[in-house]
Amino acid sequence: MTDTTVTRATRREEPEAPKKKRRSDRARAEARLGWMLAGPAFGIMLLVTLYPIVQALWDSLFSLRLTAPDDREFIWFRNYQVILGDPAFWQSMGVTLFITVVTVLLELIIGFGFALVMHRAIKKLRGFARTAILVPYGIITVVSAFAFFYAFDINSGGYVNSWLSWIPGFDENLNWFAYQGTSLTVIILSEVWKTTPFISLLLLSGLAQVPGDLEEAAKVDGATGWEVLRRVILPNMKAAIMVAVLFRTLEAFRIFDNIFIMTAGANDTEALSLLAYNTSIGRLEIGLGSAISVLLFLSVLIIAGIFIKGFKVDLSAGKNS
Amino acid sequence: MRKLGRIVAGASALVLAGTLGACSADDGVPTLTWYINPDDGGQAEIAASCTEAADGAYRIETSLLPRDAASQREQLARRLAASDRSLDIMSLDPPFIPELAEPGFLAPVPDDLQNTDGIVEGAVQSASWNGELVTVPFWANTQLLWYRKSVAEAAGLDMTQPVTWDQIMQAAEDQNKQLGVQGALAESLTVWINALVASGGGKILEDPEAKPDEMQLGLESDAGKKAAEIIGRIGSSGLGGAGLPTADENASMNLFQGDNGSFMVNWPFVYPAMQGAAPDVVEDLGWAVYPRVDAGTPAAPPVGGINLGVGAYSEHVDLAWQAVQCIVTPENQAQYFVTNGNPPSNLAAYDDAEVTEKFPMADTIAESLQLGAPRPQTPYYNEISIGLQRTWHPPNAVNPDTTPQSSTDFILAVLRGERLL
Repeated sequence: MTDTTVTRATRREEPEAPKKKRRSDRARAEARLGWMLAGPAFGIMLLVTLYPIVQALWDSLFSLRLTAPDDREFIWFRNYQVILGDPAFWQSMGVTLFITVVTVLLELIIGFGFALVMHRAIKKLRGFARTAILVPYGIITVVSAFAFFYAFDINSGGYVNSWLSWIPGFDENLNWFAYQGTSLTVIILSEVWKTTPFISLLLLSGLAQVPGDLEEAAKVDGATGWEVLRRVILPNMKAAIMVAVLFRTLEAFRIFDNIFIMTAGANDTEALSLLAYNTSIGRLEIGLGSAISVLLFLSVLIIAGIFIKGFKVDLSAGKNS
Repeated sequence: MRKLGRIVAGASALVLAGTLGACSADDGVPTLTWYINPDDGGQAEIAASCTEAADGAYRIETSLLPRDAASQREQLARRLAASDRSLDIMSLDPPFIPELAEPGFLAPVPDDLQNTDGIVEGAVQSASWNGELVTVPFWANTQLLWYRKSVAEAAGLDMTQPVTWDQIMQAAEDQNKQLGVQGALAESLTVWINALVASGGGKILEDPEAKPDEMQLGLESDAGKKAAEIIGRIGSSGLGGAGLPTADENASMNLFQGDNGSFMVNWPFVYPAMQGAAPDVVEDLGWAVYPRVDAGTPAAPPVGGINLGVGAYSEHVDLAWQAVQCIVTPENQAQYFVTNGNPPSNLAAYDDAEVTEKFPMADTIAESLQLGAPRPQTPYYNEISIGLQRTWHPPNAVNPDTTPQSSTDFILAVLRGERLL
């Protein structure tokens, strides 16, 4: 066991030293075989991901409705002009950003708590704690969205209102899905419930990387629990936190299922991906819908760029650069 | 070597068996695929009986479409736009037919199926585009006014005579009861708006055949304002209940079955549903033609149902029309009504003894279908419908002074390609 670990560790360090040496015939043959084996999959992956993006870019320059193929017309960037000048787009952008910021913040706080519980749980309970916390993440988003919808929807016997009836001033006839604020509350709740385990899993791996001797040294020096957390644990898991926040931000920005099931965009709860879906699939306006998808794609790229450059996190190294 | 021989022999036997199996399935009889909307199995039964009646001329297989009409339209439109040859027969929701007919996605209806004698008026209109029958009416649906006899009696309403929206709103208000209407952001809201505007003597769309740039809406009329007044009053007074902004047909039925039920506008499916769920309500249940907006103007009940179209890219267009001819016979329609609760489009089917026994309101349904006002028949129906839903929702925010105007501006901008929907 120890031998294997040592061998792996040695191999990981190898690329630094022998890089300048001429590779042996065997090494080259192995590299060739590697390309032959992985090359087709790499090519297909490139096609699968690049093709739709290029197709969407091309389609976005047309006025094209699926049920009026003869009226297809090249209109340059007019679709983008219409979208960027429409309050509905900015409304959707606002809703999307609001959901993203609130869910990621909540998930980060709750997820960190869960990660600490999983990390510190006594050995006997560790397995149970991890399983219990991870269960929601194993449930398909559409299923959890339906579960929350039926819990809150007063037309199909939602039970949440009767649970909350003891709160002074709470209206037991509150129709959660009739107003923007309450609809977004339920949407965010379901999103947080579903994906907090994901963030806590990433944070748990970060916690595991914090050197135990540093913590102990801080305690010996008389640091309080809060100081250990702030000065030792958090700085040492910065990379893990950033990876968790980046992944969740990108995922939250593409939110679709929960809104689709619960409100279908009613009461100004339409997120960008739902707007793209409604335009492309619902209205069959391929040109306009493709343009929204391209803008959504660009937004995701910008967010990823801000995180990687702005927070100076080298994802490939897995630690601060 | 012997082992290899055995393997080869075994493999050959498997291949042969596979080929023979394929032969037995592919017996030369053309297979027609009928894309059906979900029901209680009635369309599959008709497909089986028509396959038997065809005596080897064709075989009908059914393929299930999604549950809601909008998703059915999306799937069919995408397949037709891709020239899918498997679309032989299609069960089509009426408002989306012009959109599929305009680009030539539907095969022309042959002369022998153009005869519309005995078919209810609302169904014929909804099956046509540009003044020509482009699909064949199969079953026709309509909304009725369902009421609690006790509530109507207490309000002093004579339900043998036509009643108005004002009357039923007043009756419910006076007795602290609620009305079953559909206020959700969905197609059912468009259905309600259209019925109100049409009954007030107006039209949502002035010229359905106009190009999007030239379209004119009729919402900013007395009929449009009156429609907004009714919806706004029901929304803001609490008459529709707390669930109104998200209420679909099932939610309306649940409200009607509850302690505060009084009147409800809904499709006939509620009758068999309530017989099972609330037999005591059925004992107090009455039905009438959809309410009027003005006492002096006839009602314009919503019309729905399913029409049958044949795909333009089908490999068996002639056989598909033969199959349609079999599917829509009055006998099949009557049987479908009795087993699945979907009313016939052919008046002859209403004479069936089993129909009148099982659906005592069959005459009212037939009368309602003759009065029915289809939703605007235009290739741009989807834009108009969603535009209406966006601007007339939630019901408590509907204002007769502003909603028709803002709705018109929004829908026309969408049609001109200047706004997102």
